[in-house]
Amino acid sequence: MSHELHRTIDAVWRIESARIIAAVARIVRDVGVAEELAQDALVAALEHWPGEGIPANPAAWLMTTARNRALDRIRQAALHRRKQEELGAEIDARGEHLTPDASESVDEDEIGDDLLRLMFTACHPVLSREAQVALTLKLLAGLTTAEIARAFLQSEPTIAQRIVRAKRTLSEANVHFEVPRGAELESRLGVVLEVIYLIFNEGYTATAGSDWLRPTLCEEAMRLARMLAQRATAQREVHGLVALLELQASRLRARTDPQGRPILLLKQDRARWDWLLIGRALAALELARTLSGSPGPYELQAMIAACHGRARTAEQTDWRAIVQAYDALSSVMPSPVVALNRAVAVSMADGPAAALPLVEALANDGALDDYHLLPAVRGDLLQKLGRLTEARAQFELSASLAQNQRERELMLERARATLS
Amino acid sequence: MRVMVMVKATPESEAGVMPSEQLLADMGRYNEELVKAGIMLAGEGLHPSARGKRVRFSGSKRTVVDGPFAETKELVAGYWMWQVRSIEEAVEWVRRCPNPMLSDSDIEIRPVFEAADFGEAFTPELQQQEERLRAQLTDRKS
Repeated sequence: MSHELHRTIDAVWRIESARIIAAVARIVRDVGVAEELAQDALVAALEHWPGEGIPANPAAWLMTTARNRALDRIRQAALHRRKQEELGAEIDARGEHLTPDASESVDEDEIGDDLLRLMFTACHPVLSREAQVALTLKLLAGLTTAEIARAFLQSEPTIAQRIVRAKRTLSEANVHFEVPRGAELESRLGVVLEVIYLIFNEGYTATAGSDWLRPTLCEEAMRLARMLAQRATAQREVHGLVALLELQASRLRARTDPQGRPILLLKQDRARWDWLLIGRALAALELARTLSGSPGPYELQAMIAACHGRARTAEQTDWRAIVQAYDALSSVMPSPVVALNRAVAVSMADGPAAALPLVEALANDGALDDYHLLPAVRGDLLQKLGRLTEARAQFELSASLAQNQRERELMLERARATLS
Repeated sequence: MRVMVMVKATPESEAGVMPSEQLLADMGRYNEELVKAGIMLAGEGLHPSARGKRVRFSGSKRTVVDGPFAETKELVAGYWMWQVRSIEEAVEWVRRCPNPMLSDSDIEIRPVFEAADFGEAFTPELQQQEERLRAQLTDRKS
């Protein structure tokens, strides 16, 4: 088969796979079986299309093929069950599982809802966080097992195992393929948002090594968040997450120098920020503001990022607004990391002397003992106050805690700079 | 990756002929699909080149030229910015677009230069002034 045809089929698959899996899952009520059947349809396409040419509507072709296989599967299961009943056997649990859904018509709105169901199922609380992430990338982003493995620097069999086990867990737990309602919706939605944010961060922070696929994770996460925002339109935090991801992504190309060394936010060349993404994010925040409820952690973090996004120069940053947003964030999500970031904002708004006691209190608290950014901030404040010896000790402590080579170097450099 | 998808001009679009109601409705539906798929970042239609201007550069000289411009087929009548995984995916999405013009027309797809073609390390910046709370979310998880 020609390389080009293969790439075309791949592209169609990536666009359609989630919708097909979702539509089939509603019929067979088992995400694992649905994925298998969708894969079967893909295999059929790979067999037929090279000879017969790509159909005029490849999406419909794949959907119809997968759905037909799903209906066949159900008929077989029903037949199997009848035979078993004739033998006086118990009703096969799996056959029961495959009873067709009465409402299996396919129209666009239903497909939209199906995708939402698929998201909630892939991020079901019976699964571990790792499994949720892998399944979301596989089923909703259409990444291959090999791609997921590369993105997460894991072996392919490890990821394959994780996905197989996840699908089995869902099946055994008899997880309903549906969007949760009422009180359950909020907590379940929270899990979906966390999974998307985790995928984004995996691409954004590169905790170990580097790989060209990592930027893809950021893009996939943004895409998933936008898809969700289009379907859970009334959910304020979803728009907050979209805004947060787009704001963070807007700085991707400005945050390292040509040697790959990190550039601090305030020193970044703002002309290199992605103003298209910033504009979109500000619009998403505006939309969130019009919705009912109070802002949650993602929206508040996006509001903070937006204060930077609105400032054309670092000097124009509205640090008081940032401190206020951190106050709100501390009340919905109290944490020492938030407190540390708030202290930095205070130092920018009111000077290092106002912030140092806040940071020292955090250090005495001990909750951030392993966190290299605490001594980094403390050293920075001490340096600004002219207490250079103490500053150097803090930078050296930070270097010893840093997980990342470049951060370690940066801290050692700052330690040396206190001597000159 | 990001692509710019350009709808090329036709004699009608250059003459300022407005699209039919049917086409507007079809285009609206198509745009909605793009948004729902999370790939559309931006998109606009452009006035005919009669309302445009060009600045010609020659050494240190700049000459302003008023529209309309010749080479209709090379002009751009509208564009989208999409975030896609591959140019083939963009091609598949373009195939699904209703014919944007009354006569034969072209849609051209051009990948955008991105620092994300970086390939090289995505190193974390020192986040002391950064508001990201990854560590916090990791804490919450455990």
